[in-house]
Amino acid sequence: MMVSGKAVVYGDNVNTDVIIPSKFLTLLDPAELAKHAMEGIDQKFVEKAKNGVILVAAKNFGCGSSREQAPLALKYACVKCVVAESFARIFYRNAINIGLPVLECPDVSGQIDEGDLLSISLEEGRIVNETKERVINATKLPSFILDILQDGGLIAHLKKKGGKMRDL
Amino acid sequence: MNIAEKILALASGKDEVKPGEIIDAKVDMAMINEITGPLAIQAFKEIGTPGVWDRNRIVMVLDHQVPADSVKSAELHRIMRAFAKDQNIPFLYDVGYGGVCHQVMVEKGHVHPGELVVGADSHTCTYGAIGAFATGIGSTEMAGVFATGKIWLKVPSTIKVNITGKFQKFVTPKDLILYVIGKVGADGANYRAVEFTGRSVNEISVSGRMTLCNMTVEMGAKTGLINPDSVTLEYVKTVTDKQFRILTSDEDASYERTIKVNLEKLGPQVACPHSVDNVKPIKEVEGIRIDQAFIGSCTNGRLEDLELAAKFLNGRKIAKNVRLIVSPASQDVYMQALQRGLFEVFLKAGALVCNPTCGACFGGHMGLLAPGEVCISTSNRNFVGRMGSPEAEVYLASPATVAASAVTGKIVDPSTLGEA
Repeated sequence: MMVSGKAVVYGDNVNTDVIIPSKFLTLLDPAELAKHAMEGIDQKFVEKAKNGVILVAAKNFGCGSSREQAPLALKYACVKCVVAESFARIFYRNAINIGLPVLECPDVSGQIDEGDLLSISLEEGRIVNETKERVINATKLPSFILDILQDGGLIAHLKKKGGKMRDL
Repeated sequence: MNIAEKILALASGKDEVKPGEIIDAKVDMAMINEITGPLAIQAFKEIGTPGVWDRNRIVMVLDHQVPADSVKSAELHRIMRAFAKDQNIPFLYDVGYGGVCHQVMVEKGHVHPGELVVGADSHTCTYGAIGAFATGIGSTEMAGVFATGKIWLKVPSTIKVNITGKFQKFVTPKDLILYVIGKVGADGANYRAVEFTGRSVNEISVSGRMTLCNMTVEMGAKTGLINPDSVTLEYVKTVTDKQFRILTSDEDASYERTIKVNLEKLGPQVACPHSVDNVKPIKEVEGIRIDQAFIGSCTNGRLEDLELAAKFLNGRKIAKNVRLIVSPASQDVYMQALQRGLFEVFLKAGALVCNPTCGACFGGHMGLLAPGEVCISTSNRNFVGRMGSPEAEVYLASPATVAASAVTGKIVDPSTLGEA
């Protein structure tokens, strides 16, 4: 799986309350949620993301609540992949389960600026910063996670496999 | 093995598990609320399994926005009720019957020592207070649990927090957990379990233990745990007659590292805007003016917390231009507080007593802050915009510190003000 797009860059501890503020959690339509993605930290995010972006962050991305609306809002706001030094554990699992690629990249700090064009091979865990002509290695995803992402999320993956959860 | 490893070994039918190992575990109880539940229900329907794996192992709680504040939240409540009816799930805690989900899970006896519990809410880790392995998961993952009763988990390594000494007057488990989070950092326990040990733990009530375990997620932990002891068993006996296994850490259990805390040296702590690990001793923040004070939430909305707050409010008035909101954690806590006359104390002091709800803590439908306002709260998160405007500031502290600050109108050490 290859994804590409321009980078939008944030810092440490981007929490789920800023990714999608609580007041929008009554929205059931992901497209409606997406209109408020990152509203707590960046009012211009939705505009920046509309043609497809790679979200780049530092430590502990997605900390805070278990709301799956956070990765959903990002996915429907056209985020193609989140690259971070590290992720909070519930967000990480939620993102995979709803089919939003997440890549842990301990070395990402200082290597990507806002607006840089990135091409990412999820299988190889390799990020190419086309703007800076630089290759950054990320932690490779295990094959069962790649399969879930390839199918577009856990539910689609399970349906394809006849509802068998235990093969994970 | 330590307690976390023993519970996961039992849940996965193994003699032994080691940190890093991926296990396929049987879930004892699963919980959803009306914010995470509807997405889980939708995903469950998409899987296409006709019935849930075990209707008696699912608890559904309406708590985040109760009573419904909008047509949209009323719709979420309706979806929850319809699913409970459709699947014949007996444990639906509707408006007026439950309270904040984590308090309900423990006080209604849905969680037992030695069990594996998953909840679609990050503060599910609270139940480690009675010796369960409890962790927060997302909605889609919960749909998988509803269908199969199982979940894959990576066995976490464990950080031990060894506690010695006695709490100083007006210093509470909330101050202790804030201090630990300040030391460990917002991601310092990411993917790990946190076990609280030491002789001093035996002297902490179940209520205080819930406060400790509740906030382990604020340092990234998968769960917080306390080995069951006589305090645990006394409590559990009062809420359930179900049989359970008592699992405790072996003497030679292994830990990633140990953090030591001496309570003799611990004073009141405050987490400052805008992150929970920005913790300072109260002396460094005393004098900051507040607009609102909030006492409640799954962290500090229990009877013990309300009684402590009342000690500072009895016969006093809260400061002019300050509003104090009190929200008991459950209907049971509400009734006990009422019977003990605490509401009279709060009302005479000028506080507003609300129904049990995640309300103000969650910044969903009540008690919101305007730009530039400052709140001191007993809750668990002070992120930008958590309690309303992104330009408001939230300080987190114990019920003693919050109540004392409401009286003086600025952040104050409760021992400076003293009991009323």
